[in-house]
Order: sequence, then structure tokens, then C-alpha cells
Amino acid sequence: MKAFAELLDRLVLTPQRNAKIRLLADYFREAGDPSRGYALAAIAGTLTLNTVKPQLIRDLLLERMDEVLFRYSYDYVGDLAETVSLVWEPPQERVTADVPLGDVVERLQMAGRSEVRSLVRDMLDQLDTSGRFAFLKLVTGGLRIGVSARLAKQALAEMGGKDVAEIETLWHGLSPPYLPLFLWLSGEADMPVLTTPAVFHAVMLATPVGEGDLKGLDPADFAAEWKWDGIRVQLANIGGMRRLYSRSGDEISGAFPEILDAADFTGVIDGELLVGGTIRSNRATGTFADLQQRLNRKTVNRKMLEDYPAFIRGYDILFSGERDIRAEPFQARRRALSALIDTASPQHFDLSPLVPFSTWDELDRLRSNPPDPVIEGVMLKRLDSAYVAGRAKGPWFKWKREPFNIDAVLMYAQRGHGKRSSYYSDFTFGVWTESDGQTVLVPVGKAYFGFTDAELEILDRFVRDNTVERFGPVRAVRAEPDAGFVVEVAFEGLNRSTRHKSGVAMRFPRIARLRADKLPRDADRLETLQAMIETKAPR
Amino acid sequence: MRPDNLLYPAPKGLYCERGDFYIDPIQPVERALITHGHADHARAGHGHVLATRETLDIMRIRYGDGFCGASQVAPLGETIAVNGVTVRFHPAGHVLGSAQIAVETEGTRIVVSGDYKRRPDRTCRPFEPVHCDVFITEATFGLPVFHHPDDGAEIARLLMSLRQFPERAHVVGAYALGKAQRVIALLRQQGYDEPIHIHGALAKLCEYYQNEGIDLGEIRHATLAGESRQDFAGNIIIGPPSAFADRWARRFADPLAVFASGWMLIRQRAKQRGVELPLVISDHCDWAELTATIREIAPAEVWVTHGREEALVRWCELQGIPARPLHLVGYDDEGE
Repeated sequence: MKAFAELLDRLVLTPQRNAKIRLLADYFREAGDPSRGYALAAIAGTLTLNTVKPQLIRDLLLERMDEVLFRYSYDYVGDLAETVSLVWEPPQERVTADVPLGDVVERLQMAGRSEVRSLVRDMLDQLDTSGRFAFLKLVTGGLRIGVSARLAKQALAEMGGKDVAEIETLWHGLSPPYLPLFLWLSGEADMPVLTTPAVFHAVMLATPVGEGDLKGLDPADFAAEWKWDGIRVQLANIGGMRRLYSRSGDEISGAFPEILDAADFTGVIDGELLVGGTIRSNRATGTFADLQQRLNRKTVNRKMLEDYPAFIRGYDILFSGERDIRAEPFQARRRALSALIDTASPQHFDLSPLVPFSTWDELDRLRSNPPDPVIEGVMLKRLDSAYVAGRAKGPWFKWKREPFNIDAVLMYAQRGHGKRSSYYSDFTFGVWTESDGQTVLVPVGKAYFGFTDAELEILDRFVRDNTVERFGPVRAVRAEPDAGFVVEVAFEGLNRSTRHKSGVAMRFPRIARLRADKLPRDADRLETLQAMIETKAPR
Repeated sequence: MRPDNLLYPAPKGLYCERGDFYIDPIQPVERALITHGHADHARAGHGHVLATRETLDIMRIRYGDGFCGASQVAPLGETIAVNGVTVRFHPAGHVLGSAQIAVETEGTRIVVSGDYKRRPDRTCRPFEPVHCDVFITEATFGLPVFHHPDDGAEIARLLMSLRQFPERAHVVGAYALGKAQRVIALLRQQGYDEPIHIHGALAKLCEYYQNEGIDLGEIRHATLAGESRQDFAGNIIIGPPSAFADRWARRFADPLAVFASGWMLIRQRAKQRGVELPLVISDHCDWAELTATIREIAPAEVWVTHGREEALVRWCELQGIPARPLHLVGYDDEGE
């Protein structure tokens, strides 16, 4: 438990992705079985334990501690698990022998309902402070350490020197404590053979079209499709099991029951999850903001299903029936997909239409001016390309439309983390609007990337030299019509928002250019942004 | 004499009317007794200062030769009469030179602990329990949540991180007086013999500790003016906590922020400061040491100063020990 508790403590405070991966990979290398498998499950969210109510933990503590002293402590710390882990005093001399995480989990899994109370007390007495914290987070069911299942899989790949796609493919066929997986990763056994057909297959990804990438490529070798602004999913109905996965292999079946119900065909398809109407139903496709109403939910109510009906716009097919057709060329797979969707529920499935074009210039014009606001560009797929997991350059390209751009004024800055902890690198910017007859700045977004290191030096110097007020870690900077800093902000889209004072929310905002040549009075106005929502188009 | 006639809180600090002196006053006064050299306890500008030799040296280093009108060394354990009141200094185990001050008259003795700790610390003399009628204790970590772990294990975590991230400069925030030197001494104790780099603000105090016979090994300046930008990958650099948010920290390769403080026990505190590797190393008592010390000294009454008075007062009540908060202002209980 000590090693796992130390890992959690480090992960919570480590901002860098690569540093997190190293911490995880080192832990997986050094921790024994089955502890590391349970740790993986706890982090990836696949561990099922009988959870314990916070009230039970509080009761156990108050058996030993004055309630007033507990209240002072809890008020100060603010988190029940952390408070209890800190104030808990084992009755006898501290037991120094470590209890492996594997033992803890197995004891919890075997405990009957009536035994839980004494088991929890016993564990708290045996563990040290960090161990108690990790244990309490486990049994109350909320680790919240800022590590996704995806990152954990990346760490497994790092540990074993494997491709993450292989781990994603195996993932859903394995279960805690993942003994065959770790044997394979540590080189002591072959790759595990799954008893059920692989449920999730690592998806094929596109590379962005870069400068000169299309030169020398023949448009006749490619098909083009619209790139829809939803989330990429894989839907599988194999061996009687229906599952919906995100592109990184997280299962999201529970949030989209109507799609699972409608998937009465056998096979595995790849597509975009969207809400609204299918092309076949002649109703409009919903925006990403609409789709967000349905994301990250464990369950869904009837009103949600009615207001935001979900469907899949088919891009590709991996298995036709029980047959793996990934090695067949795109054209052949497309025919199979088309035939499958023809007979599938028209409210829940449609086929992503092809975009006819004959020259790259023509396609460039189409991508810049798509016919539907929910399109964010085009996809290019070689007609002869097989379906290959990962992001190989060549077979598939994505060609996004140009981002939206506005000129905004820096208003607030906050220091970054890790490498950037000595830089003001998180910026809030605003545009002009009228309020009570005054022209004032209203914040419209936050950005912490897009600039070069040299530009960051300039921004940081500006913040330090022009701070007008401090609110804890945040500095307000000079922002007046004739004095301040203008930045060009690029973003992918704009939604209405009731949570922001400005009424708008940007998607993926970043600082595209520093506009030292402009005065704040030349920056954009809120009306410009509002017009962008209406037209859904960059200026 | 009733204890609260002997010593009571006045606007400038804890005042002894009979002896006409203050202990750790927060404003300039005619006569001051100083427990230790931290800036919130030892201020410049008093007429006359009585303190241990080390504390006077530290004040001179920090404020210059004219830090007070006249100074007088208080040798530990020796009785000194101040305007008819007897005072005696006893080691407090907080930082080099730190002392408790026992104030006595007409058979009533009050011990002002100043800041203190009970853990072994090679950089200062250990706390010495003194029997008294009233024990005035600090309560910086006066909540049952504070159980400081073993400092050796904390240092081992730093050494482990150096092995795990050898390409990163490990930049350790530690207060300039006491904590910085203790961290260095602890590293040496665990066999770390690489040069340790320090921020300029630590230089004079580290030098003073070494002159006092505390071995800190090879110390190098991380920030000599005119020196070209160095890499410092895999090195330990120690500086005052405020320096890490500053441009100063940029010269280091991919710095990994470490902070040595008792506050690092609380995860949210570490997170707010952007600390990646918190080391729970404190120069104050934790809850268990505070309560054990009160039990050991068994005073007739406990007065609680700066920190979290209410919890310690509550604990004393539960033990049947009369206790009250003193409500002294001006001490920086965050500075640890």
C-alpha cells in the first residue's frame, strides 16, 4: 500500500504528462502482482469494490476522537478522507509492516456487509498516513488524481516497450488484476490470447495536412468525406455483446442506450457520434454543444433522449458480421458499410456522405466553406488503404477549415505549472462591450498555449510590468483603450453560454499572434463574436 | 504573584511590567528579550536586546551592526536579573540559538517557549523541559491533523526523485534560517555528498552555521552574478520559497518544485503552490509533540499563542488543564 499511496500522492501534484507516465511506469515495473493490477484498475476506473459511506468513516473516527477537535480539523483540511487519514491514531504502537494493495482489495472484496465496519477500522489501524488516505479514497470510490485510463494505458506501453494500440485492443478482454497483461509487458509471457473476440479495436487516425503534403498526390487516389464535429466512436456487436467505445477505448455504452438498442446487426463500425437528426431523417445535425449534454453521463433520462437523440454517422467498418475486413481496401469496406447502414435503423445510423472533387484547390474551397455548421473540415482517405490502428502518415489525412480569429485584450494572468511555474502563462482576455453606457472589457476566454517561448517572455514581462491588482495567484493587468496588450486569439468554435458573463464560450482558444502593433481600442467587440454564433462562420 | 500580573499581552507584544521588558516584541521597544532569530520574533530597532549569542549573531547578519542600541548575551541556563525579575534562557530546539525564556518572580515562574520542536535536529540544541507554573506554548501546528512524519523518510523521497528524474533540477524551497540548513544536514546524513547549490539569500546564514561547527558539506552558489546560465540537471538547489515563483528559477533545467515545510502535509496547500514534491519537514512541534510536552511539563496553566489556539485549548480542557489563548498578534504562523 505504501508504494501505491506514494504514487497517488505524486500523481496528484505532477502536472506534466510525461512525468506522470514515468511515475506510473516505474510503479508498474516495481510493484508486485496482484497489487499493480488492482492499482491499474483503481486508476483506470475498472475496479469494483463495495463502497463505504462517508458517514461510516466519520462514525469510526468519533469512536476515538473528541467531536469538537474533529470539527476543527475537518474545517481546516476540507476533505473527509484526508482529515481522517491525518487525525487517525492507531491504538497500539505503529505497525511498520506494509499491507500490499492486493491484500487490501481482496479483503474488501471478500468481506460481508456486516464485516465491513471492523475491516475498515482494522485497515486504518494498520496503514500509515498516506496509506490511510489512499485506502479511504479507494473505499469511498473517488480517487480523482487527474489520470485518465488512456494515460494509464500509455504508461503500460512505456513499461513494456509496446504500442499503446496493442494494449487498447486487449484492454476490454482483460480484467483486474490483469496478471496475463503484466506477465506479457514484463517479458515473461507471450501476448495474452483473449477468450472472447476482441471487443475494442484500436482506431485508425488521420494526420493533419501540412505544408506541401498534398503536392505529388493524385486526387483520383483519394476519397473525401466531411469531418463532423462530434466524437469518434466504435460500435461493436460481436458474439452477442453490444458495446460503444470512445476512440481511446473507454466504454460509453451506458450513456447511449438508444444506439445500443438499435444496433441489431453483427459487426464493428467506426463513426462519429452526433445528436439531432440523421441525413436520412432530413433533420438538422446537432452542434457539439448539444452533444455535450449527453457526454460524461453514467445514465440518461427520457427527456435527454427526446431532446438530444443520438446517432452514429458511419465512417468505416472493421468487422462485417464476424469477419475481420480491416485488411480490405477502403472502397470495399465502404460498400460493406453502406449495405449495413441501408438496413439499420434510419433514426440511429446514417452514412457519412462522400464529397466529390477533382482537384486539391476545389477541395480547399469546399473545406473552407462547408455546407453544414457542424462540419469542421474534410477527411481524405486513400481508396486502397487498409484499416490500420494508429496514426500513420499517408493513408488518411484531416484537413480542417481555418480557425476563427479575433483580436482581444489581455485582462488577467496567472502563473503556469511545472516548467512554466515562474512564468505568467495562463491568460484571460476580453473584448469591448457597452455596459450602462460605458465601453468596458468583458472576459471571453482563457488561453495558455499557442505562443512560442520567445513570445511567452514578452507576455510575462508585460504582466510583471503592468500589474494593477492581485487576487491571490491572479494578476489583473493594465487594459485601457490606449494602454494594454492585444493578442490575436484563434479558436475552433463558439457556443452560447449562460455560465460566462459575456454569454459566449470558445472552443480550443489559443493565442495565435501577439499584436504589439495594435492598441486595445482596436480590439474586437462582443457583437462581432455574437455574429459569429449566428453565422457559424469565421469572418 | 499572579501570573497574569507578571506577563501579559500588550500592543507591542508580551510585556513584563515588573521587569519593564518585552519578549519578542513586534515593534521597537526600550528593552527586548528575543527567543530566536526568525524575522517575526527578532526585529531591528530595540534599545537593548537580551538573547543567546547565536541569536544576536543572526540578528547582526540580517540587520547589520546597528540592529539595536545595546546587546547582551544570555548564556543558556544562567540566571540573569532584569530590573529585579529573574530570567533564564533554555534551549528550544527550533533553530540555531533558539531559546525558551523562563521569567520568575516571588515564586511564580512562567516559561515562554517561543517556537520549539522535539525532534532531533543536528543543527541546534534539543528542547529542554522546564518546570513552571505557566507554560506559554506556540500552536503553529496545533491541530490533531498535524503528525509530522520522520524527516529521514522525507529526505529519502527527495533522493528517490533525483534518481527517477535525473534530467530535472530539484529546486527546494526552504526558509533561509534553520530549515535550509537542516535540510542540507539531513541530506548529508543520508550520504548525499554532491555539491548543494544555494540561493544568494542563504549564503551568509549557511556560512554562519558552518562557522558554528555544523557540517553542511560542499555548498555552491547557484546564482553568482555574471555566471552563465547553467544546466543544474539532477542537482539540488535550495532557496527561499519566494524565489521559486520568481524569474530566478528559470535558469534551471526543467525545475521540479520541492518545498520543505510542515504545511506540506496538507495536499491542497502543496497543490496551490504548484509544489510537485512536498517534504513534510517542520521546525515546529506537531500535535503529538505539543500535547506530549504539556503532559511532560505538567504546568498549572497553559497559555497558547500564535497558531491554532482553539484546538489546543480544547485539548487542555479535556485533560483538565486550565488553558487560554493569548491572542498575540504579529507572528507569522505561515512562515515555516
